[in-house]
Parts: sequence; C-alpha cells; structure tokens
Amino acid sequence: MKRFLIGCGAASLLLFAGCGKSPDTSEAPKSEPTKTAAGTPTATDEANAGTLTGKVSFTGDKPVMKNISMDATPACARAHSTAQKSQEVVVNGNGTLKNVFVYVKAGLPDKQWAAPTGAVKLEQKGCMYEPHVLGVMTNQDLEIVNDDPTNHNIHPLPKENREWNESQPPGGENKKKSFARQEVMIPVKCNVHPWMRAYIGVVGHPFFAVTGEDGTFTIKGLPPGTYTLEAWHEKYPPQTVQVTVAPKESKTADFDFKG
Amino acid sequence: MHNIWLHRYTVVVAICTLLLVVAGGLVTSNDAGLSVPDWPLSYGKLMPKMEGGVIFEHGHRMVATTVGLLTIILAIWLSRADGRRWMRRLGWIALAAVIAQGLLGGMTVIFMLPKPVSISHACLAQLFFSTTVLIALFTSAEWRRERPIVEDSGSPSLHALATAVPLVVLAQLALGAAARHKALGVLPHVMGAAIVTGMILWIVIRVLVRYAEHEPLRRSALVLLAISISQVFLGIAAYMSRIATLDAVQPMAVMVGFTVAHVAVGALTMAASVVLAVEVYRHVRRPTAQMAPRGVAVTS
Repeated sequence: MKRFLIGCGAASLLLFAGCGKSPDTSEAPKSEPTKTAAGTPTATDEANAGTLTGKVSFTGDKPVMKNISMDATPACARAHSTAQKSQEVVVNGNGTLKNVFVYVKAGLPDKQWAAPTGAVKLEQKGCMYEPHVLGVMTNQDLEIVNDDPTNHNIHPLPKENREWNESQPPGGENKKKSFARQEVMIPVKCNVHPWMRAYIGVVGHPFFAVTGEDGTFTIKGLPPGTYTLEAWHEKYPPQTVQVTVAPKESKTADFDFKG
Repeated sequence: MHNIWLHRYTVVVAICTLLLVVAGGLVTSNDAGLSVPDWPLSYGKLMPKMEGGVIFEHGHRMVATTVGLLTIILAIWLSRADGRRWMRRLGWIALAAVIAQGLLGGMTVIFMLPKPVSISHACLAQLFFSTTVLIALFTSAEWRRERPIVEDSGSPSLHALATAVPLVVLAQLALGAAARHKALGVLPHVMGAAIVTGMILWIVIRVLVRYAEHEPLRRSALVLLAISISQVFLGIAAYMSRIATLDAVQPMAVMVGFTVAHVAVGALTMAASVVLAVEVYRHVRRPTAQMAPRGVAVTS
C-alpha cells in the first residue's frame, strides 16, 4: 500500500513539473516596436493629401443573429425592452456590412504619425459595448465608460500588447488606457457578462475607418502612393485591395463579403 | 478501532469536494474565470454582489473555502483519532493539497488564466478528490474486514495494470483540461479516451474473469466500469453540444450541463481507478518470478 501511494505521489509530481512553466506576467513589451525613420511624429500633408472612400457590401444569405439572454443580470435585462441580438454580423438595410475595420495595411512612408490628442470612447451601455468595433492609434487614449447600473470588467485579449483585466463599478471613474503596438484586432470581453464583446484595431497611423449604418468608409489625408487596404470583419476572412492614390486625388475602393 | 463518525465525516468531505469540482467546471464552462479580477477577496469584499459570471466564480471560491475548512478539521481529526501513522500523514497531505489548490486558483486569477497554471489547477482538483475518496475508504469498516489474498499469474501483472490505469486516467484528465483551457485541441483528448477505455476494459475484464468471487475486487471493478461507460457517453454529449452551440453568443445551458457532468464524472473515474488499484495492492499477491538458478539452462 505504502509503495502504491509513493508511486502515485511521484507520478503526480512529475506531471506537475511538466505543467509548471511559469506564466508570463511581465508588463514589458513582448517585442521591440517598429522603428520609424523620423524621430518626431508628423501630421498628414494636407496640401497633397488624397482621400479613399468605399463601400463594404454583403452578398449571400443574411445570417440570423441569435438573441442574447441577459437574465443572469437583472440590471442588464431591465435596460432593454426587447431582446438584444448578437452583433457578430450586422447587415444594413442597403445590403452593406456594418462594423468592418478598414485600414491601410502596407505602403505608407516610413515615418511616425502623430496620434490625435482626443481619446476614443468605448462605452458599456445596456450591457453592450458601444461601438462594437473601433480603431485607435498606438499610444492614443482609449476612454472606457460604464453607463450601466451594474459592475463590468474590461478584459482585452491582445497577442502583441499587454493583457489586463479591470473591473469598473456603476458610476465608477472613466478609465484611460492605450496600446503601445499595432494589433489588428484586439478582442475585448467582459467576464461578468459573457455576451459582451468588442474589437479594437490598433494601428500606427491615422488611416483607418469603421463602417457604420450605411456601410461606407472614408480615409482622408493619405499621402500619394500605392497602398494595400485591408477590410477586417470578425466573422469573415479579411480582404485586401491594392490602390494607388495620386496627389489630391479621391479614389474609391469597395469590398464585398459573401455570407 | 473503527470510528463511525470519523468515517461519516470523511464521506461528507468527499461529497463536498465533488461539488467543488462541479463548481470549478461551472466557472470554466461559463467563461467566468476572470469575472472577479482580484484574489483572495472578490472586488475587495468577502461577499460581492452575486450577478452574471460573479455567481460562478465567487460561488466556486465559497465552496472552495468550505472544503478547505473541512479538510483542516479532517487532518486534525485524523491526527488525533486514527492510530495508523500513514493515515495521519495522508490527512496532512490532503490539507497540503487543498492549500496548494487554493494558491493555484489564486494564481489563475492574478495572472489571468495562464494555461499551465489553469491545467495544474484542474489536475490537482482531481487528485485531491481521489485523496478524499481514499481517506473515506481507509476509515470505513469494510477496510478493516479481513479478506482472502488471491494469487495473480497473469501477464502483465494485475499490480502493473492497476498502477497504469490511474496514471493514464490522470493523463487523460490533463488532456481534457488542456482542451478546455485551449492549450491543445480536442483530438488528443478524444484519442486518449480510446486508450483509457481500452485500459479500463482490460483490467475490469481481468478482475471479473479471475476474481469474480472476491467481493472488494469485483465491486471496485464494476463501479469503475459503470462510471467509465457513463463518462464515454457524457464525453460524446459534451463534444456534440459544444459543436451545436459554436455560434452561440454566450455559453448555452446544454453545453454547460454536459461539460460539467463530464468533468465531474471524470473525477469519479479517477477516484474509482485509484480505489481499484488500492484493492488490487491489498488483496492480490504479486506474482513470484520463476527464476532459474544462475548458470543453469532452462529447457521446455
């Protein structure tokens, strides 16, 4: 009997020795940021700047979004008179797709772009994130607001940036956060309310947009050049197009996602 | 001397530990592991507002605290009331395990679910439950009853088989935990299920064919068989329900129910395999090696 117990104990220790890799708790960056040629941030060149506009259309069968059950938190359920639906795929009335993050993926000159001084707001309203998809520049402030009479926690799940998980009580102070590295996209969840999910696109330049109720996007202030434009959606594979913008030119680039 | 109240208490501890495994399964299945971002307090309080994922995470902490207190009492009671030195040690080992388990649980929260820690937390839970079941067995009147010792002439020996089965079950539980915590896909766990089922059938059939008249061996083998069959069906149900609810916007009750049942019956499988191994070690004599004297050729 004693030999059996000793054997089991030794086996368990071996198992846990194998499982025992210490977690990465460092707040230090996981990799060096991309070096830019210019040391100081520069604003866009308005005189020669071009504009990119476009539309993200949706073809195929429109998926039926599931209802969200907020019964586990009465304060959330009370915030809505009708059942809220998943925001995974939102097809607008004009056949376009909402919540698509469109950004310049490649082709920009090698310089450091100035981040806007204003913060981008992420609200928790009716136990839903508003907006569902948003973009920020690296090191730009992200202001997180809790408008609900219930507790939330905000838990981004980045791969390149530092992960954090903080609670925000009702009426609590707004939180200001930022991300140091480019990352498209960072999912954000609330572990208290598992249906709550948002996505943040972090890029090192100001040339991005998110499609809204009309499915269009506009990217202004682009320097002349040839770019790879990517459209990211949380359900469908990303799409890219090549586009060349001449000085002061307005160009169109459309995307089509198939259901 | 048999202490009926001590034995009854050990059974209560084992049942509470199984409930703790269920509570832990509810946390993971409901994706509520980080719904309380601090530890050891919850939102800086002993008792936060119970809503949403907090119900599962703080509920798990409350059951864990209860089991911890019960284990402290168990270790002290055993040290005072049980004359067997190794039993007194086992009580303290159980207490050390539950403390380690609490610390691992705290680390999963503070370090935001690092996979090795979360998987270790899941595995140690299963080992701790098996320990409480063993303590209940060792304090029972049945354990003190004299039973005949039986011979084993099979190959591999029943001792080897009985030792291997809990180890492969533990490895399978680790693969299951790795799948749940997204360290691995589900395929290794599914393949492991085939190996574990085969191993369990092997030892159960060996025991039932050769030692059907031996009450403790037969009973342990039948219990292990019944639990394992349930576990296979629950595993299939858990997998199918997960596939069926893949596009769900939040964890669905059917998936949570089958998955948690699969975790709980996994703990029972582990405990049953350990109990069978203990009964084999206790009641089956090791086969004596048929060795020829040195230098003498053996001819058939």
